[in-house]
Amino acid sequence: MLKINNLHAAIDGKDILKGLDLEVADGEVHAIMGPNGSGKSTLAQVLAGRETFTVTDGSVDWDGADLLALPAEERARAGLFLAFQYPVEIPGVSNAYFLKAAVNAVRRHRGLPEYDAMDFLSRVKAEMKAVGMKEEFLYRSVNEGFSGGEKKRNEVLQMALLEPRLAVLDETDSGLDIDALKIVAEGVNRLRSPERSMIVITHYQRLLDYIVPDKVHVLSQGRIVRSGGRELALELEEHGYGWIDAAQGGKAGGASVGARP
Amino acid sequence: MSAIDFWLGRHRDTAAGLPGADLPWLVRLREDAIDRFADEGWPTTRRENWRHTSLAFMAQQALAVREAVAPETVVAALRARYQAARGAAQDAAQQGAKSAPQSAPGSAPELAPELAHNDGHWVVFVDGHFAPALSAIGGLPGGVRIGSLADALAQTPEKVEAAFGQAGDGEAPAALNAALAADGAWIRLARGSMVEAPIHLVFIAATAADQHLRNLVVADAGAQATIVEHYPAGAAGSTLTTAVTRVLAAQDSHVTHLKLQQEAPEAIHLATIEAEQARGAVFTSHSLSFGARLARNDIRTRLAGEGAEALLNGLYHADGRRHVDHHTRIDHARPQGTSREFYRGLLDGSARGVFTGRILVAQDAQRTDAMQRCDNLLLSRLAEADARPELEIYADDVKCAHGATVGQLDEDALFYLRSRGVDAVHARQLLTYAFAAEVLERIAHAPLRALGRAALLERLPEGARLEELL
Ligand SMILES: Nc1ncnc2c1ncn2[C@@H]1O[C@H](COP(=O)(O)OP(=O)(O)OP(=O)(O)O)[C@@H](O)[C@H]1O
Ligand SMILES: [Mg+2]
Repeated sequence: MLKINNLHAAIDGKDILKGLDLEVADGEVHAIMGPNGSGKSTLAQVLAGRETFTVTDGSVDWDGADLLALPAEERARAGLFLAFQYPVEIPGVSNAYFLKAAVNAVRRHRGLPEYDAMDFLSRVKAEMKAVGMKEEFLYRSVNEGFSGGEKKRNEVLQMALLEPRLAVLDETDSGLDIDALKIVAEGVNRLRSPERSMIVITHYQRLLDYIVPDKVHVLSQGRIVRSGGRELALELEEHGYGWIDAAQGGKAGGASVGARP
Repeated sequence: MSAIDFWLGRHRDTAAGLPGADLPWLVRLREDAIDRFADEGWPTTRRENWRHTSLAFMAQQALAVREAVAPETVVAALRARYQAARGAAQDAAQQGAKSAPQSAPGSAPELAPELAHNDGHWVVFVDGHFAPALSAIGGLPGGVRIGSLADALAQTPEKVEAAFGQAGDGEAPAALNAALAADGAWIRLARGSMVEAPIHLVFIAATAADQHLRNLVVADAGAQATIVEHYPAGAAGSTLTTAVTRVLAAQDSHVTHLKLQQEAPEAIHLATIEAEQARGAVFTSHSLSFGARLARNDIRTRLAGEGAEALLNGLYHADGRRHVDHHTRIDHARPQGTSREFYRGLLDGSARGVFTGRILVAQDAQRTDAMQRCDNLLLSRLAEADARPELEIYADDVKCAHGATVGQLDEDALFYLRSRGVDAVHARQLLTYAFAAEVLERIAHAPLRALGRAALLERLPEGARLEELL
């Protein structure tokens, strides 16, 4: 269970998250939508432990633990995974080495035996097949020269290998063609389980046809301003975010989806 | 003391006993050289080419050995390291062959020739003199000579004269070297000959506070060889090494030179590598500079014939208060030459790294294609790097690109690694290693590449742990 309470975060003295509340129960998939610059990636990065953002108020409780007190690497080992909106290129570090270092760091923490080279290779090759990645991507530098879609698949590959308890996918669907979108969605759906929660950040309700969320939230100006079921995504698709801002001005917070003009 | 007078005295006292003291041209050259050194003195930052490195302190620097080393131990350790590197390279090649999809199951992977041959030829010098008992020179193709300069001066002085260089060559330390060097390697490669295994030259400061080496490599047309200069850590104390290596690469010859400098932490290392390339000659220089308190490498090549190719590749690491300077110069004298220059530096503590990349393209050197890059990674707030291209282009049909950077580890990449569970220390090491390893990738000879990698990992904190994972 993830409980975000009144979260405020700032960068360079500029407030980005301004009192964000969100609860995600075990086994649930929540979608977050919202205009550009509303703070979606900031939320994702703060959850993952990026220190460039300062948490100025609020708390994040994750199964009874204070998530914000842990450094990024410990959050990852405890089972938090962020699929980056912009996966980072690391020249000179092979994807194989990177994946193995990550998987073994997490396995060590969980008290599981580390993979040897052979076991690791067979595991990773099976997962690559599932996300439609050719083996050559193992021997290339991490994300270097990968196309946008290839980078996103590589994120899903990492997620599959790391088997997180809480996965945050930041626009993993952006830049994907329709086939890739299905593959990525399948990858996510395969991981769905009663003990695993997911936060899926997206601009397109199309993704939610494949990854059916339990709840949909709208993030605007650093706060969750609207929550609802799947149908909320359809409304947004049709009418954009304008009506939410307008509605927010009129009936602060309380408006239901049906209350739009 | 190491003041100028000290060296003049040294020349006076030793000249008559040096090899070749009966050769008028050499006596004259040594005198001219010491006169030049007396005249110029130790370079200071006021001098052109020394803007960031001053040797003024040398005038007050006492040279003394605090603790000698047994050269046989150093040689044995170095050879063991090379053997281990060769083993690692073989394993990697076999693994690669196994996992490559095209290799038929059960078929024995074939080893590349550089992996199948023996450990190569070992020519060892102790305190500036050839040590035959520690050397091991294997069978050589006809017309190839590998030996000491002292012997060559006795046997074929006219050949040495043609390759020796002049008193006026290089910077002041090179002149001091010309005046004092008693020995060094003499390598002659006959026309069309090919020496498969690397020729390892090992220079050990064992008990002497200073050593001066002059190495001459004469490659006739079409000859091929790989020559490695090893400067392993020797005696502890303030020691001085001067070295000059000259490579004369005749038409279509291929000479690869790798220098691995790992001198003791208080050593002063002043070296010159000079090549002259005839038409179609290919010269490669890899400079791996990891040791010494102050290391200065002047690396120059002259593309004196049409269509010559040069690669200058380098990696330096310094920490503490150490200082490392590479001063490189590529002379494109004739048309259609190609040069590639790639240097990377890792600077930690309050170390300082200097790189100068001079490229001269003569009016006659049309269709020259030159590219240069120098990138530095500062691993601490006090470390410093200066990287400067100096281009002088007189031809008009030329491709010439250059770039230099000084930066820190990429914060986004660090966070990305940490977000996958990799701890911060390991993430830093990994990115540092990856930055440096790009230079090593250009070493075509797999065992030497593995040796360079092992030497780099030795320099990085917790490098051993990284090695396990690679
Ligand atoms: N490093 C930074 N420095 C300054 N401002 C920043 C920084 N990172 C984010 N911001 C600002 O914070 C706000 C929220 O950014 P964020 O990336 O969280 O938006 P987003 O909702 O993910 O947008 P998008 O849909 O475009 O991905 C933006 O106004 C952005 O400019
Ligand atoms: Mg975003």
